[in-house]
Amino acid sequence: MLRLEKLVKTYKTGDQALKAVDLAVPEGQVLALIGPSGAGKSTLIRCINRLVEPTSGKVNLGDVELTGLSSSNLRRERRRMGMIFQEYALVERLSVMENVLSGRLGYVGFWRSFLRRFPQSDVDEAFRLLDRVGLAHMADKRADELSGGQRQRVGICRALIQNPALLLVDEPTASLDPKTSRQIMRLICELCKERGLAAIINIHDVALAQMFVQRVIGLRFGAVEFDGPPEGLTPEVLTTIYGEEDWEATIETVDNEEIDEAAE
Amino acid sequence: MTEVHALIGKPWRKPSFIKRPLLRWAIIMGFFVYLIAAYLTIEVNWSRVYEGLERGKKFVLAFTNPDFTTRSGDIIEGMTESIIMTIAASVVGIAISVPIALGAARNIAPLPVYLICRSIIAVSRALQEIIVAILLVAIFGFGPLAGFLTLSFATIGFLSKLLAEDIESMDKVQAEAIKASGAKWTQWINYGVQPQVMPRLIGLSIYRLDINFRESAILGLVGAGGIGATLNTAFDRYEYDTAAAILLIIIVIVMALEYLSGVIRARVQ
Repeated sequence: MLRLEKLVKTYKTGDQALKAVDLAVPEGQVLALIGPSGAGKSTLIRCINRLVEPTSGKVNLGDVELTGLSSSNLRRERRRMGMIFQEYALVERLSVMENVLSGRLGYVGFWRSFLRRFPQSDVDEAFRLLDRVGLAHMADKRADELSGGQRQRVGICRALIQNPALLLVDEPTASLDPKTSRQIMRLICELCKERGLAAIINIHDVALAQMFVQRVIGLRFGAVEFDGPPEGLTPEVLTTIYGEEDWEATIETVDNEEIDEAAE
Repeated sequence: MTEVHALIGKPWRKPSFIKRPLLRWAIIMGFFVYLIAAYLTIEVNWSRVYEGLERGKKFVLAFTNPDFTTRSGDIIEGMTESIIMTIAASVVGIAISVPIALGAARNIAPLPVYLICRSIIAVSRALQEIIVAILLVAIFGFGPLAGFLTLSFATIGFLSKLLAEDIESMDKVQAEAIKASGAKWTQWINYGVQPQVMPRLIGLSIYRLDINFRESAILGLVGAGGIGATLNTAFDRYEYDTAAAILLIIIVIVMALEYLSGVIRARVQ
C-alpha cells in the first residue's frame, strides 16, 4: 500500500540523511523503524508526508505518487496519513477537543474551522475516540493541563480522526515512563488492528519494538540494514545497526519483563 | 589521570572573555578615559541653572495646587480627543500589524514577502513619531486626524516587529502537527500559530495602547490634536496649575492602563 522507491534526502548542509531507501508496506502492517540517533528515522517518516521534501526518489501511497503532487493535492493526500509525534506536539493552548478536531482540518472549510463549528459527525467521532482512549471527560481541558501519557492519547485521537490509511509515528514513547510507554504502544497497535491501519513506528527502544510489531526495519546512516521479524534481531544484527555493545542484556531484559507482566 | 592530579588543589577561575590581558586592560581603561573626557565636554551654565530653579520651583509647586476647573472645558475636550485618537489608532494599527507580522516572520513567509514586510517595519521604526506628525500635520492640517494617522503608523513598526519575533520563536512541532493533518494555510495559521502567539499579541496590544496614549500628549505639541494641544496652550500661557492638572490626569490614566494590562496579561497566560 505504501511504496518507497530509491528515496534520497540530502540536507542543504550536505548530510545525506537517506540513501536510496526502498521499502514496501502492505495494508494493515505495523512495522517498527529502529536505528541509532541520526540514522534518518525521523527524516524517512517526514519524507513520506513531505513535511520534509525528499531530494529524489518516489513515494507511492496506494496508486497515488506523493512526490511531485501540487500543494493542494498534497493536502488532500495528507488526510490519509495520520501522524503521531515525539513530545506529543499538541497545540498547548487549545483544548483537548480542539486538538482532536484539528485532525479534521483537511476536510472542513476555513470558516467552519475558524468558528469551531465542525460537522456533528466529526464531533461525535471525536467523542467516540476520546472515550476509546479514556479521555472523554477531559474534552474541554486545555492540552497543557494533561499528563504526558494523556497528551499522547490525544495525539493518537487527532491522528485517527483523519480517518487515515497509514499512521506515521515518530518516537511515540520518547518522553514517557516505561509503563506508560507500553500502554501507548499497546494502544497504537490495538487501534491499528481494529481499523486495519498500516503504521510505521520510529522507536528507540528495541525491546519495546520487539514486543509489539510484526516487522522491524533497521536503519543505519540512512540505509536499510535489517528487514525482518522481531525474532530476527540477534546480537549480531543489532551490532550491524548500532555498533558494538553487549546485546544479550538488552534482549534478556525483555523476556524478564514479559514474565513479570504475565505474572501480574 | 595524572593530569587530574596536577589540577587538584589549585584554584579555579572562569576564563576571561578577552584572553589577552594587555588587550583586555586597554579596552577597560580606554572606556573610562573616554567616559571622563565625554563628561568634561558637557558645558553647564550654573548661573542660568540658578535662575531656572525659580521657574522649576513654580512648576513643581503647581502640582500641589492643580487647577482642574478654570479650563475644565478645554481639558475634557482635549482628553476625549486623545482617548478617541488612541483607541482608533491602536485598533487600526494592530489590525494592519498582524498581517505584516505574519509576513515578517521568516519561518512562515517566503523571502520576497519577508523582505517587503521587514522594510515596512524598518521605515515605520526609523521615522520618529514627532517627525511623522510634523509631516502629517503639514499634509492634513492641525487636528486629531494627523495624530491618529501618526500613531497608527508608529504602532505598525512596534507591534509587527515584536509579534514577528514571537512567531519566529514559536514551537515548530505544534505547527507541523497541524500541517500534517492536511490543513490549508489559513487553517494552519489559525490552529498552529495563533494560539501560540496570542498571549504575546494581547500583551503587546495593551502595552501599545498605553504608549499611544502617552504619545498623544506629545503629538499635541506639534499640532496633531488631543490633550497635548491643551497642555501646550497651558504652557504658553504660563498656567502651570492647569498644566499640572493635565499631567496628573495623564499619570492617573497611564497608571490605570498599567494596572489593567497586568490583570489582563495574567489572565491570558
